[in-house]
Amino acid sequence: MSIPKPTVTGDRSQFKNVDPPFWVAWHQAMASIRVRFFRQLITSSGIALGIAFFASMQTLSSGQTGSEEAARNQWLIGTSLLMCLVGITNSMLMSVTERYREIGTIKCLGASDGFIVKVFFLEALLLGLSGSFAGAVLGVGFSAIVSGASGNPVNLGAAAGIIALSTGMGVFMTVLAAIAPAIQAAKMPAAAALRVDI
Amino acid sequence: MPEIKDNEVVVRTVEVVKQYGEGEAAVRALNGVTCEIYAGEYLSIMGPSGSGKSTLFNMVGGLDKPNEGSVYVNSVDIAQLTPRELAFLRCHTIGYIFQTFNLIQVRTALENVTMPMLFAGTPPDEAEEKGMKLLDLVGLGHRYHHRPTELSGGQQQRVAIARSLANSPAIILADEPTGNLDLKTGQEIIDLLRMLQREQGVTIISATHDHKMLDVSDRIFHIRDGKLDKVEVNSPLAAH
Repeated sequence: MSIPKPTVTGDRSQFKNVDPPFWVAWHQAMASIRVRFFRQLITSSGIALGIAFFASMQTLSSGQTGSEEAARNQWLIGTSLLMCLVGITNSMLMSVTERYREIGTIKCLGASDGFIVKVFFLEALLLGLSGSFAGAVLGVGFSAIVSGASGNPVNLGAAAGIIALSTGMGVFMTVLAAIAPAIQAAKMPAAAALRVDI
Repeated sequence: MPEIKDNEVVVRTVEVVKQYGEGEAAVRALNGVTCEIYAGEYLSIMGPSGSGKSTLFNMVGGLDKPNEGSVYVNSVDIAQLTPRELAFLRCHTIGYIFQTFNLIQVRTALENVTMPMLFAGTPPDEAEEKGMKLLDLVGLGHRYHHRPTELSGGQQQRVAIARSLANSPAIILADEPTGNLDLKTGQEIIDLLRMLQREQGVTIISATHDHKMLDVSDRIFHIRDGKLDKVEVNSPLAAH
């Protein structure tokens, strides 16, 4: 029996992977949102609630000017932001870690690490955008009504500004909270990702 | 039937060592395994749980890297590949079948089969056409638009087999493919794999406890305590 000597490096020139077109990742992200709609709705609600709290704190403090009040409001806004961050991180962390096996499988099918991160990025972007916007509108709207009823109407421009700011913050936090674990999962050896049991 | 060339080695491992954990808690799952797997054979890897069977299986499939020694797939040392090159190897050279089927739950049967082709850069029309052909081959052409949750275990495993064939790989790795199926369905899956190996010349490597699976194997590797204990040869085809 003759054993052919293996070449040490082999021929790697053929190993030029083409990344699939953008829509492949987009379809995967959309399918994931569509099929797990209720699960994603809950995640999204978590984001919305956090942002609603932040937005309403902003709105309520926007009309007030007293220095003591302002200081208290700063404190409240800071706290709400922290709560929001923890809530969003928790939601997104869960939604990534419960899918380790899916990540491992997609790796086995030949997906590059970048593709996996792209899918989670798109998903987080969509969830973050819808959740944060809904939350911001809810928070600002509710506080505007409360404020208005107590004879302190909220300026429309300021309200729009707060909605934009809160939505932006929410999207940023959501994407960040999803991307970090997704990158970690994508970098794992496929065998390790498949082994993870949650 | 494609001709099986003598001694054509698709996978070779040289003194592979795999260790989990570090220091005193370290466990050596593989302790110097050297073996060769020939093109076109039906190989079973057998061993009690904890023997290192799954670890060897993962090494051979490029799912994990060894701590020491080398694994060559088609003469390429996989330890030297970048993550991108490894993804390419998994995409084009190896097809995977799992005990738990591992279909992508949110996609339909057809989408599961076409996904590896899209990763390989196949145009979508072509991928769909080939995907339908593969689903027909495993007898599920009529259920192409169903999602995994709407399919039985046996059907899911058939879809997984179709998916593993998507990019016409040289090797199919099957990790206890009949482990979660009843006897009759398991037998059907074994027959299907055997048929593919005979007609398409694919190398099939499977980790298994299933005696029906061992009966159809050309060779059987017995793994014990992280070592290749014994190689059993069933078929004269592989007895070089």
